Amino acid sequence: MYGGGYIPGQENEKPDQFQDDPVKLKEFEERIDRGEKIEPHDWMPRGYRKQLIRMIEQHAHSEIIGALPEGTWITRAPGFRRKMALIAKVQDEVGHGQLLYNAAETLGKSREEMMADLLSGKSKYSNVFNYPAKTWADVAVIGFLIDAAAIVNQVANSKGSYGPYCRALERICYEESFHLKQGHDAFVALATGTKKQRAMLQDAVNRWYRPIIHFFGPPDVASVHTEKLMRWKVKMMSNDAMRNQFLSSYVPKVRELGIDFPDPNLRKNADGTWSFSDPDWDEFKRVVRGDGPCNKERLAVRKWVETEHRWIREALFNPSAKYTLPLS
Amino acid sequence: MEKSLDPRIQRLDIQREEPKTPDIKTHEYWSTYEVFVQSKRGKQHVHAGTVHAPDPQLALVFAKEQFGRRQHCVNMWVVATTEIFAFRYDDSDMFETVPEKLHREPGGYKVRDKIEAYRKKISQQKADKS
Repeated sequence: MYGGGYIPGQENEKPDQFQDDPVKLKEFEERIDRGEKIEPHDWMPRGYRKQLIRMIEQHAHSEIIGALPEGTWITRAPGFRRKMALIAKVQDEVGHGQLLYNAAETLGKSREEMMADLLSGKSKYSNVFNYPAKTWADVAVIGFLIDAAAIVNQVANSKGSYGPYCRALERICYEESFHLKQGHDAFVALATGTKKQRAMLQDAVNRWYRPIIHFFGPPDVASVHTEKLMRWKVKMMSNDAMRNQFLSSYVPKVRELGIDFPDPNLRKNADGTWSFSDPDWDEFKRVVRGDGPCNKERLAVRKWVETEHRWIREALFNPSAKYTLPLS
Repeated sequence: MEKSLDPRIQRLDIQREEPKTPDIKTHEYWSTYEVFVQSKRGKQHVHAGTVHAPDPQLALVFAKEQFGRRQHCVNMWVVATTEIFAFRYDDSDMFETVPEKLHREPGGYKVRDKIEAYRKKISQQKADKS
């Protein structure tokens, strides 16, 4: 799952004064224009490396934190088959985190630093995992709509310029196709079920509508920074373009079941874009920065795991091991 | 903190006191191994990715979880990343050799014309004799 949209940071406020070597920068940009991928030990602009680390790291954190709200429901999944599917899915998500941490490590930030930054609150992860999964219908909504949204983002990014990230995403997208199917299956089961089941599903859709609109991030501000990221194929689509693509594909799939979104202004325009009511971007910013309903709980769980499992890492630690960056 | 909806978290009782942020040491997550996967007998092992592990035996266990969980596979190798020697991408131009390599291709050797000419010559000679 779960590469959320681009989460804005401070970079637009404090432009980096660092100047890259213009000759190498030209070679680098020509390589990207030829459609060639960048590999870990290639020369790359400082801003490229920085932005990729941030993006891949956020994506990795979103995977492992994203496993928590769904993991909550493993013990209470309705029926053995759904329980098995949910276990497999949660295991996949953690595996995706592993793949992504490795891709980020090739750029020079260690896994330990990334985990430390997640736990201290310095690194961010997708807004949607800071909301609770209150009922089984929430699991269906997450499995169907959040995974679908993540796939839109991940398919776009898998055509980016950094080799290790593309390779990780290709593998991830392959596994996501099962997640989406099982999410849709659970969603349809409730939508075509009893009155009570339909009401439960509609309630979950109502609660998840706004976080899903937030998922792709606020509308892109036209800036030199964004333009550069697009030019370097770090960012492949604007937040709005991804959101429009998602809404065009999935709003009809929800509406055909007689379920709707709690927004009278949600509609497709003649030019293919979507209109919706003001989704309160301040809420998005608050939730990403740490002030959502579940941020504290999510990080508390990760901290507990780090501390309680440390003895295993220490017992197996090999003091003579040598270190180098992962190859690819 | 709000009361958690997660039964595991309720059991852990971590909400009474918020856990401290642990200080994670460099290399605490061990070193890395590169994983090579063989999808089928008769095919070659192909690089699939990396795992963190304290030793090769556990690297194999993690590799199985990470890369053998979904796709069919019959065998795996792990190699410590530090034991891999590689060319640098900066040196890629050394793979560019002469553009014309017909001397190394089967199509670079055409003998049919010679054979035809030879057979023509021989049959002409025979005809001349008789």
